[in-house]
Amino acid sequence: MANVATNGKRIVISPVTRVEGHGKVTILLDDDNKVTQARLHIVEFRGFERFVQGRPFWEIPVLVQRLCGICPVSHHLAAAKAMDRIVGGEKLTPTAEKIRRLMHYGQTLQSHALHFFHLVSPDLLFGFDADPEIRNVIGVARKFPELAVQGVMMRKYGQELIKATAGKKIHGTGAIPGGVNKNLSIEERDGFLKDLPQIVQWARSALKLAKEYTSEHLKELADFGTFESNHLCLVGPSGELDLYHGNLRAIDAGGKTIFDQVDYQNYIDYIAEEVKSWSYMKFPFIKSLGPENGWYRVGPLARINACTFIDTPEAEAARQEFKALTGGKPNAMTMAYHWARMIELLHAAEKIQTLLHDPDLQGTDLVVKGERRYETVGLVEAPRGTLFHHYEVNEHDQVTRCNLIVSTTNNNTPMNRAVEKVARDYLSGTTITEGLLNRVEVAIRAYDPCLSCATHAMGQMPLAVELRDRRGELLDRRAKGVDAR
Amino acid sequence: MTDSITISIDGVEIPAETHHTILEAADKAGIYIPRLCAYPGLKPNGSCRVCTVLVNGRPQTACTTPVMKGMVIQNETPELKRLRSNLIEMLFVEGNHYCMFCEKSGNCELQGMAYRLGIKTPHFPYLEPKREIDATHPDVLIDHNRCIFCGRCIQASKTFDGKNVFQYIGRTRNKKVGVNADDGLGETDFAATDRAAQVCPVGAILKKRVGFKIPIGKRIYDRSPIGSEIEVQPKDAGSAQ
Repeated sequence: MANVATNGKRIVISPVTRVEGHGKVTILLDDDNKVTQARLHIVEFRGFERFVQGRPFWEIPVLVQRLCGICPVSHHLAAAKAMDRIVGGEKLTPTAEKIRRLMHYGQTLQSHALHFFHLVSPDLLFGFDADPEIRNVIGVARKFPELAVQGVMMRKYGQELIKATAGKKIHGTGAIPGGVNKNLSIEERDGFLKDLPQIVQWARSALKLAKEYTSEHLKELADFGTFESNHLCLVGPSGELDLYHGNLRAIDAGGKTIFDQVDYQNYIDYIAEEVKSWSYMKFPFIKSLGPENGWYRVGPLARINACTFIDTPEAEAARQEFKALTGGKPNAMTMAYHWARMIELLHAAEKIQTLLHDPDLQGTDLVVKGERRYETVGLVEAPRGTLFHHYEVNEHDQVTRCNLIVSTTNNNTPMNRAVEKVARDYLSGTTITEGLLNRVEVAIRAYDPCLSCATHAMGQMPLAVELRDRRGELLDRRAKGVDAR
Repeated sequence: MTDSITISIDGVEIPAETHHTILEAADKAGIYIPRLCAYPGLKPNGSCRVCTVLVNGRPQTACTTPVMKGMVIQNETPELKRLRSNLIEMLFVEGNHYCMFCEKSGNCELQGMAYRLGIKTPHFPYLEPKREIDATHPDVLIDHNRCIFCGRCIQASKTFDGKNVFQYIGRTRNKKVGVNADDGLGETDFAATDRAAQVCPVGAILKKRVGFKIPIGKRIYDRSPIGSEIEVQPKDAGSAQ
């Protein structure tokens, strides 16, 4: 709900909605009322990096996933991959690796479906300027009930896969240092195989919807929150898209390689983080390019832009179509995230199909161990992008240091750029209009940010938009939702 | 010399031997009286008070009270359930019990008791005491955050293992289970194979590097509530676990 309080120089807007967590945007103006900078502030704080200190290392995959209820599997697996190295068990048994992959693809499926069907589809189906009373998931359920049901059922399928591999739909315990604690029974497998054709079909339809939406609205979207950037993701040894494991690849806006096949254990030689006073969220950048030019995008857009190919046929065909739009160059459109995300949704469904037919899932060799180590890095491609977990563990098995760079943190500068671009294009005068607020939200939402993860924060914070002049004086403020203030 | 007698629990007449405690007699008859500190083979000390029953109308701990002919015992009453729930809730708030990432979850007697009694969240304010972890032993970890001062480890080390590794130190809120060495468990003669390492009802004494190996669904209390092992096997069940 817009809640406007004006006292001459101040207007208040309420939170950016339909993102995971809460945030606040400040738009800074110069003397001529032109936008000089936009800042997405994440002012919540959680402190997971501090309170895992002293805890035993085998507890960490279960503990840190409590950062989030949306994609806890990402944190569970990133931490488990890190702890694999602590016990010298990073070369998993085929059963363990495939069970973990099944868990991860199940999560990617449910998270991407949640984002597209429940959070984003209202904007795409009703238009950015539609009445917020209609432009929400309830509105979608009323006008497009079959789509809403598909979203719910795809989420359910993904969640059931997580339950079968991790023990619970949310916050399971499946991945343990050096492996997993269960396999997939024949009965469980057969249950998933029965429903799979429908899931694949729905994934195809969702991809079609995202692709057609982008094509049909290309004129409007081509410049909407669009900017050139570097892109970073994990890729497999041949450059293929790999959401669970691989090496780091970074490309620039023209598609040129910045680095490739970098062992992520050495990420610290390539990636650094900058701290700014106005946000708890850090600003990562590629060291060789510096903080000004080294920032990069992560997530579906970065992955589809940067990978050489996708190793599942339908998603690969979709990738080629996606690349054809830009003549093979990286796509710089913020709104292309949705199309890329749906390519990954189909990829996840295809991967699940392949895995479910693999008899290794019923294997009983679940855990391996080897040389004990004391420092470790675990990475996965979470639904929202590259997720870094870095730990040090002492000789008594206690974690002594932890650094997490989560997907939304990696996308911090890009989200600021997207907001800045939208503000420049749509701000008129010194008041925040409903249209501007909507567009700021749409641009941020494309990145599927998980703001609470990004600062390891908890609690309620509205995503408000503030407009400030050169001296920092508040000109206007608007916020949405029950927390409007 | 023992004699066979009869006692009554919640209106049910059960046989008992005069050397039995109420808890032992009830266990043999397949009647579960909730408990957290009592453990088969260890001398009962009545520290947790969860096994409190009404004996001829007066509250007594079932683990320490010997049976007597004609005793009339009440076990399952709303008032006793309320008292037990309060005790369990107090144990939760007096320590730092985060079930969501505790490896004992699903196998924990305190958690199992809370579920059995239908406790969703404590009514009392959390004390959030500052407690430590002793990780100095190569194979066993002590997380004092989760200790409920049942005393099982202290007794098991003496009775079962012939050692004297643990003892209470400090008083009131500074009370803790200490070890007989200045620099932690690693300096004692404690071994992961000691029975004292197996008896902890909560996640305070843990064998290292095996946490979460049992998947959700296969843990002890995933399958049936705490106490059901006594209720379903009335004849030969042990008195705890």
